[in-house]
Formats: sequence, C-alpha cells, structure tokens
Amino acid sequence: MKKTFRIALLTSTLLAGAASAEDVTLTIESWRNDDLTIWQDKLIPAFEAANPGIKVVFAPTAPAEYNAALNSKLQAGSAGDLITCRPFDASLELYNQGNLADLSGLAAMANFSPVAKSAWQTDDGAATFCVPMASVIHGFIYNKDAFDQLGLTVPTTVDEFFAVLDKIKADGTYIPMAMGTNDQWEAATMGYNNIGPNYWKGEEGRLALIKGTQKLTDPQWVAPYEQLAKWKDYLGDGFEAQTYPDSQNLFTLGRAAIYPAGSWEIAGFNAQAQFKMGAFAPPVVNAGDTCYISDHTDIAMGMNAKSAHAEEAKKFLEWVGSSEFADLYANSLPGFFSLNSTPVTMTDPLAQEFVSWRGKCQSTIRSTYQILSRGTPNLENETWNASANVIKGTETPADAGKRLQEGLDSWYKPAN
Amino acid sequence: MARGKPVRWHIGVFLAPALLVYTAIMIIPLFGTLNLSLFNEAGDVRVFVGLQNFVTLFGDPRWSGAFWNALGNNFWFFVIHMLVQNPIGVLLAALLSSPRLRMAAFYRTAIFVPTILSFVIVGFVWKLILSPIWGIAPGMLDLVGLKSLFAPWLGKAEYALTTLALVSVWQFVGIPMMLIYAALLSIPDDVIEAAEMDGVTGWSQFWKIKLPLILPSIGIISILTFVGNFNAFDLIYVAQGALAGPDFATDILGTFLYRTFFGFQLQLGDPYMGSAIATAMFGIILLGVCVYLFGIQTRLRRYQF
Repeated sequence: MKKTFRIALLTSTLLAGAASAEDVTLTIESWRNDDLTIWQDKLIPAFEAANPGIKVVFAPTAPAEYNAALNSKLQAGSAGDLITCRPFDASLELYNQGNLADLSGLAAMANFSPVAKSAWQTDDGAATFCVPMASVIHGFIYNKDAFDQLGLTVPTTVDEFFAVLDKIKADGTYIPMAMGTNDQWEAATMGYNNIGPNYWKGEEGRLALIKGTQKLTDPQWVAPYEQLAKWKDYLGDGFEAQTYPDSQNLFTLGRAAIYPAGSWEIAGFNAQAQFKMGAFAPPVVNAGDTCYISDHTDIAMGMNAKSAHAEEAKKFLEWVGSSEFADLYANSLPGFFSLNSTPVTMTDPLAQEFVSWRGKCQSTIRSTYQILSRGTPNLENETWNASANVIKGTETPADAGKRLQEGLDSWYKPAN
Repeated sequence: MARGKPVRWHIGVFLAPALLVYTAIMIIPLFGTLNLSLFNEAGDVRVFVGLQNFVTLFGDPRWSGAFWNALGNNFWFFVIHMLVQNPIGVLLAALLSSPRLRMAAFYRTAIFVPTILSFVIVGFVWKLILSPIWGIAPGMLDLVGLKSLFAPWLGKAEYALTTLALVSVWQFVGIPMMLIYAALLSIPDDVIEAAEMDGVTGWSQFWKIKLPLILPSIGIISILTFVGNFNAFDLIYVAQGALAGPDFATDILGTFLYRTFFGFQLQLGDPYMGSAIATAMFGIILLGVCVYLFGIQTRLRRYQF
C-alpha cells in the first residue's frame, strides 16, 4: 500500500515536471495592481492565444513599495522575467547595474518616436532598455452635472478658473476642488506639475532647468506655487488630513465639483461616478497663450537581464511594442495613452478629450523626472513636500523655490 | 575521587538551537550592518571609507538636519509613552487588582486586545476615525458640542506626531498594565495585612507599600518602551507613508532609515548611508539601555519575601 502510494507520488512529480518543461512561464513585475484583472482577462490571453507554449503571470506589488521590492528581488535573483519600468533614473540605474537588458535591437522599437523612448534610454541615447507602453496626461476632471446646474462654463484662463471656483464656493452645494495634502504627491503631481508647464513653457523651461540657464527661483517656476497657495481656500474642510483615496471618493460621490487629475483616473472614475464628467486642460495665464500639458511618459516594460527565458521574454516584448497591444491596452485602460507611433482609436469620451489636447497644446513631461532627481536631496520628493507646504500656507512660494534650488545646487552641476 | 566532573553535554545541546538561530538571524546581520556603514560606492565598486558616512550624516547640514529632526521626534514619541502610557498602565493595573472590582477579567481582556492587533489595522482604523471627511471623531465631538475642538490632526504638523503617539499608547497600554498587574498580584498578602494593621490603607497603601515593590517592574517597562519606541516604524509608515508627513513632522528614526536604505519613489536606495543610520540607532539604543542598566537598575532596591 505504502509502496504504491510512493510510486504514485513519484510519477505525478515526474509528470508535472514534464508538463512545466513544455510551457515556459514568464512573470511580469509591476506596480499597477489596479490593472490586475485587465492583464489576466484581456492582455495575457490575447498573447497566449497567439503564442502557445508561453504562459504569462502578472505579479504586481503595491505602487509605493514597488521600487524597493523590485530592487531587493533583483539583488536576490528572484525577480520576474519582465520588469515594468518607471521612467528615467530608476530604470536607468537598473540598466547600469546590469539588471535590465539592452533592447535596442528589438524590431518593435521602430514603432516609437525618440521622445517616447527618451525616458528609457541612456543619457547619450545609445541604448534603449524598455519598450514604451503609455503616457499619462494631466488636467482637471469636472462634474458636468454640477457645472450645468450652476450654469458654469469650462475655464480656459487662470482668472476664469478662479471665477468658477468662487461661484462653486459661493453656491455651497459642492466642495470646489477635491484634493488633500496628506499624501503629498497629489500636491506635486496633480498640482505643481499639472499647472506648471503653462508658466515655464513646457520643454523650453524644463530643458533650461537641466542646462542650468533657469533656476527654480525664477518667476516662471515660482508662479505655479503662487497659484497653488490660492487653492487652499477651495479645498474641503480638513484637507490637511485628506488622503488620495479620500479625494477620489469625494469627487466620485459627487461631493466635489473639480478634481485635479491625471488621466490614469479615467477607468476608475467611469466605474464609480454616477454623473457625467468632462475634462479641461490646465488654464493658461492670458487668453490666447499657447497651452502646455504634462504628457508624461510613465510606463514601459523591460527584460530582466538574468532571465532564464530571454527568447520568450523578447517575444513578449515585441508584442508589447506592436500596434495590436497598443490598441488593446489603450482601450482597456482609458487614460493610459499609447506611445506607439500608430494612432490608436479610443472609444472613451473622457480619454478622447484628454488626448485631444495633444493637438492643441505643447506636450512636456514632469520637470523633476529627468536627471534632476538623481542626487540627495531628491528634487521630486522635495517638490512633494514643498507643494504640500505651499498649499497649507506653511511655506511661502518664494521660500519653497529658494529651498528647492539650494537643495539642487548642493549636488547638481549643470553640464555647460 | 579519581573521576573529574562529568562533561555536561546536555547544556550545550540544549543551548545550541537558540544560540544558532539567534546568531544567524540577529548577530550576523547586526555586524553586517555595522560593517556596511563603513563602506560606500565609488563608481561601481564598494570601497572602504572609514567613518566618512558618519561625517556626512552628522556634518552635512541636510543629512544632520533630517537626522536630528527624526531623533527629536523620536524623543517626543518616547516622552508621550512614558508620560501617558506607563502611568495609565500602572493605574489600570492598580484598579484591576482591587478585589472589589467586578468583571475584572473582561476589562483586562478588552484593554489588552489592541496589543495583538496588526499595526496596519490600527493605523487604518484610526486614520478613518480621525478623518475629517468620513471619520466619526468630528461627529462625536459635535454631539457634545465640542466640534470647534476638532482639527485634521494627522494633517497638521504641530499635532500629527502627538496624535500618532497617543494612538500607539492606545494600542500598547495593555502591556505595562499586564506586567504591573502581575507584579501587584505577587505581593504577599502578609505584607498588605501588616500594612493594614499599621493603619496604612487605600491610596497611601498604594504609594507607600505597593509602588516601591513594583518599581523594578516599572523599570523593565520603561526600558522596553524605550527600545520599542526607538525601533518604531510601522505605525508611522502605515498612517503617514515613508515621507512621514506633514513636512516630516512625524519622521522618526525608523522611517528615516527606511527612506534612506530602500529609497522612495524617485529616490534610489542607499544601503551605505542607511546602514550608517541603523548603526546610529543601534548606538542610541545601546546607550539608553546602558544608562538604565548601570545607572538605574543597580540602584533599585529589591525585596525578598
């Protein structure tokens, strides 16, 4: 009896071993735990159907822990085959450490413009190590029903913007704007880097900052803080302790009229909100000014250089770079705009509104991401802190600019 | 007797598992960390830099500013525990040990239960309770007409740390209570009876007879609180994130270490500076424990019954 059992056990082990030898399993590391079902139900089945013999597992970590967890896994040699890439330095560092493979030779790379690839290249552009997937666009999402009810029109200039906020506040039915400072990054990402490009003229200012010809103490870099300081009066009671999920809920429950947003919210908001929504681009200072939007290259996918299944992983990445993936991804996740050169037709009206600004406005990326957050103190993290302080009124805009520039000067020497 | 003492193998055998496990998961990593703090990276190679990391930590205005801020916050965190948690713990123990109290077992359990809850639950629940938007705290204050006292405590730099310290006190008050309760129960009845014969009863009995007898326990609790507080991290991380907002008002050594060692968002991890901070924490805790052991512990009078 015992012997039979043992043999059975042994046979089953051997059989299981044989089965897994046929199928290669690729594991994807990602911070997008919100997208788990979309990967499992739509994207991965599409790939697996076309590529029998390769199984793909999407294994996300919580966004805040992703970088730390990934670094530990890579050091321990237990990281997945495919690695979702943060833009710029975090991934560049992984490439320099030899953790990410050079993917410049991938055929699919031809489908992307140099700007799309810039976030995942070495400084000289010689090697590209991640396949660009999507960018996110910043702007404001508003409650259309509330705007109709109060007879408001979409603001295009800063003055109109504050006039609208004043009217919502005077009416009192809605909290004018849903944002809190508890998590800090909202203030920087959806505040400073949302409205800022209109002041520093997008790429022009961002590159000048990197070259050292502009400083964070210059008026065009302090002015966004001055606008943020005025937001304070339009945020809900106790916004100091309001977290990011609180803000999302305040807006989708219809208690707040305007939500300073990133386009990644679209899918979640569509599912939650019971009212009609619209979106407007960050208002410009004077009517007729060129508008600038933050169209941030946000997400890409690379390959673990130590992956045991490099061939299969490359096959998957070729697919990620294809227009088929671009179409599937952009439509399953409205708000993540494909970076593929082939235009993608999107069906979601809110996503269409966001992406339409690419035609009217100049695109730029977040000012702190390229090169400037390489040292200590980290400019991005400092910007979170400064933006939250300025909104709360505990630091003046001029002081914030001065402190950030001093921090930057302490380690960053422009190349010129 | 020709035979010497037999070799007592069993002592070594029984000690070995604990010793091996403790060495493998505590002692070796500890020395690894101390060692790592003396290195840094130049290019891609690890080089020995001596005490350079500590010079940066204490000499560079930004690093030292962050370090002293975290240390100061940590002291405040500890002070709140010593001033609130331990006296309340002693008080609760004194009440529980009173023979006239009914349902003592129920109170004992109820007060001890938060201690076994996860930090994640405690942090999340208190964040919800204190939330200005959905929380029940504003509503409850409103019921008693004190709505004006409500503030978004966790979001204000001047209140956030104290609030979190009090949440931690709420969670852990059961520990000093239980230890003191046990100490109070171990006081022999004849001592109490003798006191009663001499007319020492009620509160004066507590102050004059019981308190001196439980002082060694209070000492142990103080040192446990000290070590626990200076190693604290979880609650702050759960409630305020790794940036320990608002404006680093709740940044303690643990969160500072985490941010430095593992990195955060765009900031890449720096294991060398992280180890330097960990070494500094180790030094601070060691110093505190030594002060207690040699300065206080040896002077405490013990009574033998």
